[in-house]
Amino acid sequence: MTSKTTIPVHLDINGQHHTLELEPRVTLLDALRDRLGLTGTKKGCDHGQCGACTVHVDGERVLACLTLAAQAEGRAITTIEGLAREGEPHPVQTAFLERDAFQCGYCTPGQIMSAVACIREGHAGSDEEIREYMAGNLCRCGAYPHIVAAVRQAALEAAS
Amino acid sequence: MTLELGPNQQPAHTRHGSSIGQPLTRRDGFLKVTGTARFAADNHPPGMLYAALAVSSIARGRVVSLDVEAAKAHSGVVEVMTPLNRPALAADPDAKDHPFMFRLDLLQNDRVRYPNQSIAVVIAQTLEAATEGAALLSPRYEVLPARVGLDGAEGFVPRGVGVGGPAVQQKGDVEAGLESARTRIEATYETPAQYHNAMEPHAIVAAWDGDRLSIDTPSQGLAMAQGRIAGLFGIAPQNVHIRSPFLGGGFGSKGMISGPQVLGILAAKLVGRPVKLVLRREQMFGPVGHRAPTRQTLRMGMDGEGRLTAISHHARTTSSTFDDFFEPAADASHTLYASPAIATSHDAVRLDTGTPLFMRAPGEATGSIALESAIDEAAHACGMDPLEFRLRNYAEVEPMTGKPFSSKALRECYEQAAERFGWASRPLQPRRMRDADGFLTGWGMGTATFPAIMFQAEARAVLRADGSGLMETGAQDMGQGAWTAFAQIAADGLGLDIDQVDFRAGSSDLPNAGIAGGSGHTATAGMAIHNAGAAVIARLADLATGNEASPLFGAGNEGVLARGGRLYRRDDESRSESYADILARAGLAEIEGRGKGAPDPASQETYAKHAHGAVFAEVKVDPDLGQIRVTRLVGAFAAGRVINPRLVRSQYYGGMIWGVSFALHEEAVTDRRSGRIQNANLADYHVPVNADVPSVEALLVHEDDPHVNALGIKGVGEIGITGTAGAVTNAVWHATGVRPRRFPIRIEDMLG
Repeated sequence: MTSKTTIPVHLDINGQHHTLELEPRVTLLDALRDRLGLTGTKKGCDHGQCGACTVHVDGERVLACLTLAAQAEGRAITTIEGLAREGEPHPVQTAFLERDAFQCGYCTPGQIMSAVACIREGHAGSDEEIREYMAGNLCRCGAYPHIVAAVRQAALEAAS
Repeated sequence: MTLELGPNQQPAHTRHGSSIGQPLTRRDGFLKVTGTARFAADNHPPGMLYAALAVSSIARGRVVSLDVEAAKAHSGVVEVMTPLNRPALAADPDAKDHPFMFRLDLLQNDRVRYPNQSIAVVIAQTLEAATEGAALLSPRYEVLPARVGLDGAEGFVPRGVGVGGPAVQQKGDVEAGLESARTRIEATYETPAQYHNAMEPHAIVAAWDGDRLSIDTPSQGLAMAQGRIAGLFGIAPQNVHIRSPFLGGGFGSKGMISGPQVLGILAAKLVGRPVKLVLRREQMFGPVGHRAPTRQTLRMGMDGEGRLTAISHHARTTSSTFDDFFEPAADASHTLYASPAIATSHDAVRLDTGTPLFMRAPGEATGSIALESAIDEAAHACGMDPLEFRLRNYAEVEPMTGKPFSSKALRECYEQAAERFGWASRPLQPRRMRDADGFLTGWGMGTATFPAIMFQAEARAVLRADGSGLMETGAQDMGQGAWTAFAQIAADGLGLDIDQVDFRAGSSDLPNAGIAGGSGHTATAGMAIHNAGAAVIARLADLATGNEASPLFGAGNEGVLARGGRLYRRDDESRSESYADILARAGLAEIEGRGKGAPDPASQETYAKHAHGAVFAEVKVDPDLGQIRVTRLVGAFAAGRVINPRLVRSQYYGGMIWGVSFALHEEAVTDRRSGRIQNANLADYHVPVNADVPSVEALLVHEDDPHVNALGIKGVGEIGITGTAGAVTNAVWHATGVRPRRFPIRIEDMLG
């Protein structure tokens, strides 16, 4: 929708450049999902309480529901769709699959984005540390023990 | 020709090299880890508009006014749906033809009967405009006092509880049993209202084409939802196509189509364009069900050797003012502990709340935490170890009915989990263990149980000219692993490698797979798949053994077995023929078989059918602050045949974590003046986060059950909550000497 209430917003997502006409109130989450068809990022609460919408902005975890799309202008955004390299899933994605680190799969993109950052930040040194640094991503199915196992596995692979 | 086999026929063929029992990774796993699994709200058909729900901020009364003009004046708003312009329905949403038809709030009038009830729908070009439009409606109300709490209205005895079981049941003379007892305990426990809070909010994308309706929405029961929608709109069920390939969690809340989902369909009808409606998290605290609160009183008597002489279990619960669902909490005392006298009873009050609903282990979870607490109190009163006490009162037959169990490996569960946990070194008295940091440490246990239920399901199997197979059933995967487990059963049923099998599910145009609930989906739809496979293999065997050109000629259906895409003669496996060759000779592109899954009435009559388990918990309690941490959980479960141990372990873990949550975390708090829920969000309604969950182990105990169904499947989805909640609370007692009597356990309860 274009009208005088919209502004142009330039977004760099998964290495691709997008220009959108958006109302300033549009969140990054809704821009991804509703405007760009990048629906891998999920909305669980829209209040920054569940972590399902976790994406990376300049390499750091960000809750896309609490971020206006315009705030992300000029910064490098990575979503779950952008993790794979040359068709190969990211090692964290593979670890989640192998360790059965999800059930319904709804929180999974957010869990994986957090896990990638958690490992990169150096916060995957022990199960206790993983539990603490993955505590911002709710999983109502209760896949936590397997999430810890998957993060541990991927962290070991990354270190070797 | 279409063959159809009944649900309880013996397997037509012995299979080898089974897919069943293998710990395969999820077939839908790649889609889920890459973000390409398409959930309902991820759909965006051309021309789609966004709908936002406006909900009541009062518990009881009437909507006096809505500022529809203000909403419509907002840029991007297309339409506002209120009781005045809501399209007509063919059926009264307040009509109730059967117990599982729940009354819906579909803008039929201006009445408000619970907080967060839908009062209008705003439809707009964007989600932002729809949301702002809903806020601009600024409703004014005529407010009536809200009826709140377990004593908020006059109690009555419901006609039925749970799925319609009697509210009051007894065997033997409980009062005489208590009278004759050497030791007696009596305790009252309270459990809170809980909300399912699946991570995926209820969502619908609805598109009409004339009188045909196409819907993307999560559903645990596609055929029931299809029928309900067809009835409301006065169209044929086959005109309603529901796609639900993935549910972002269900836990019971997506078992029935809910009011807001139907409002999405009505909105699409009103504007003549596809509409997406997604509940906001806070809007899920009302119209999509919850677990009702309970207050349970248990009385037990024991003789001098610690044998139960009587169990009395009474539960008060709540329902809405306008519909019936009664949490069957006291029924938990029917199955676990032998006693010559057992009495269970329920009463209820009607409150200004949304109607309660099935929530993961409905009745079993609430009843279990009270029963397992009381058993722990009884063991202590007798000076006995809680495990020894449970073994002393081990039920060799189902206590309430006297029926033998179809199978029961609970002793093995106790043994294996206790051994793994190290239970033998537990001090009998509480407050005797501290860790190196000075935290009070306690060990507790609970027994887990859940009935082995089957519903009705159908499946269709196809073998194709190239030797591959297809299996179709409208099964629902809400995370339990239906896509994978059913493909495994299908592969074995078809005598094919799993990679040779296409499996279709999650759509209402497939055979009715029944409901994904009651931990009965794998058994029910699994048996339909198994029988459909047997039916199509029998058809193939007829083609081969009846043809002189086949090396299998004359062997008869019983004389061949199917394996790896070939039929073999049982008495001479050097003689075999591939499926593809058999079909090629017959000149057939494909053949089909159909199967059903259903409980066997004769074995239902004869046997008590339950899964069992034992859970042991360790907690640590800060002696100064009262903060409680679960540090270790070990469960052992026996639930018949395991189709996929990797997925089953995940189900047990999930259930056990729900048990921790029941004991320590979740509770919806109602404001007593307004009747509104004060913590209707995921920050204040506490569900466990990763850091709340300790080391968890689930042992899979072998159990053969020849009676539940031909595959020997019970069910694993709900049992983990039962037992665990009690184990945690009993561990808290063992750590502190304080007996929790209301849940979740609060810090202030620890400080006395």
